[in-house]
Amino acid sequence: MDEPAGRNCNNSCLPGILNSYKVSFKNFCFKKSLWVFHFGGASCNNCDIEILDCLTPRYDLERFGILLVGSIRHADVLLVNGSINMRDRDRLLEIYEQAPKPILVVAIGACGCTGGIFAEGNTFAGPVDKIIPVNAYIPGCPPKPEAIIAGIVKLVKSV
Amino acid sequence: MAVYLFYLIVFPGLLFSAVTGAFLSWFDRKITARVQFRKGPPLLQPFYDFFKLLLVKETILPKKGSPMMFLLAPVLAVAGAALASVFILLPLFNISSGFKGDLIVIFYLLTIPSFSYIIGSLASGNPLAAVGGSREMKLIMSYESTFLLFLAGIIVKASGNFNLYSVISIQQNTTPFIGSVSGILLFIVGIFCIQAKLGLVPFDMAEAETEITEGTFIEYSGPPYAMIKLAKYIMLFILPSFLAALLLNGFTLKGINILWAVLKIAGVVLLLTLIRNTNPRLKIKQAVSFFMIWMNLLAVIAIILAYLGY
Repeated sequence: MDEPAGRNCNNSCLPGILNSYKVSFKNFCFKKSLWVFHFGGASCNNCDIEILDCLTPRYDLERFGILLVGSIRHADVLLVNGSINMRDRDRLLEIYEQAPKPILVVAIGACGCTGGIFAEGNTFAGPVDKIIPVNAYIPGCPPKPEAIIAGIVKLVKSV
Repeated sequence: MAVYLFYLIVFPGLLFSAVTGAFLSWFDRKITARVQFRKGPPLLQPFYDFFKLLLVKETILPKKGSPMMFLLAPVLAVAGAALASVFILLPLFNISSGFKGDLIVIFYLLTIPSFSYIIGSLASGNPLAAVGGSREMKLIMSYESTFLLFLAGIIVKASGNFNLYSVISIQQNTTPFIGSVSGILLFIVGIFCIQAKLGLVPFDMAEAETEITEGTFIEYSGPPYAMIKLAKYIMLFILPSFLAALLLNGFTLKGINILWAVLKIAGVVLLLTLIRNTNPRLKIKQAVSFFMIWMNLLAVIAIILAYLGY
């Protein structure tokens, strides 16, 4: 017997086409409603304020369906900012493991991306991508809200 | 049998009320955005949220809890909301005449979603969810007596009819109940009860995002959370239409009257949204005394006025 029809066919037969529609529908819905959970490490609060700015009337990220949620269980995007020190590392790992997959991670600010001025500190536990996989980096000290929105749009396009 | 299943699942039950409720949820978010001078989400945003949670996200079960009850509670909430929607919307759309005493059945069915939220939150084993669950329970104990007095006022105004269909037809033959002093008082009481039943802002202490990080729903993710969203959409549609049926003359689905029916629901939701956007979250103690003292007092005054014929 040959292999049953409908298996191992990419986009040529009906189940394959249906499956590709299903995948693109899933991706479309995911893209259109990203809920954000905000993790602040040992931050100087500048990035926090700029992230809050994105949700205020002037920039309004809810236009793209982006909401700030209170519980990591509801999140699709984990925003990490601030320098991650020894104590934050365990919490960050725990938060990442508690998140329902698929989860996207965004490192915001110089401290999140590289460590910034804390990179050689005693308690510094590495930039975010040494601890958990990162999908997008938004550099700046702090990044402007426009830069954060540009980063989010690039992230949405890459999904 | 097939007709009843159609009523429950397609129209006016689960599917119809969920879709309408999702659009109303968009309306609520859009008005909120406009009040805050923002632009707001696109029209299909509630559907994107729902399908993302249902199809894309993973379900996480709590380790120290009861997974069975945790997963069953959202289904119970949707089932209760869908049943209540059938009992409310069938007389409203003039399909069936209901039965004697269906107001009481609706009153019981409308409490099922809140109770299943409590069950789910306590089954998750999370301390913050337990705080949320206990707050929700206190809230239920305070607003349910007020809601019962509100229904008693309606029954007195309808001269002792327990039947939703006859409550609507009495209004359509004479005047809507809101066109009197007691009707206006009952409308105020009803609006606040609905606000508390929907868990909107002055009474959202059970799911306070900033304070106890979504409280009752903290452990829910993926499809179970989608079910909770579905129950919330349905409740956002059926509670305003229940109020429209009891006080605002119900619907007449002929010609231009369809527009009036839509405007009645949209008006009630607009009022709820404006209350939500202009008030801070109350403490649970304040909410209890608000319902137990002031709203009960208002409802009793309205019943006395209705009994005297005002």
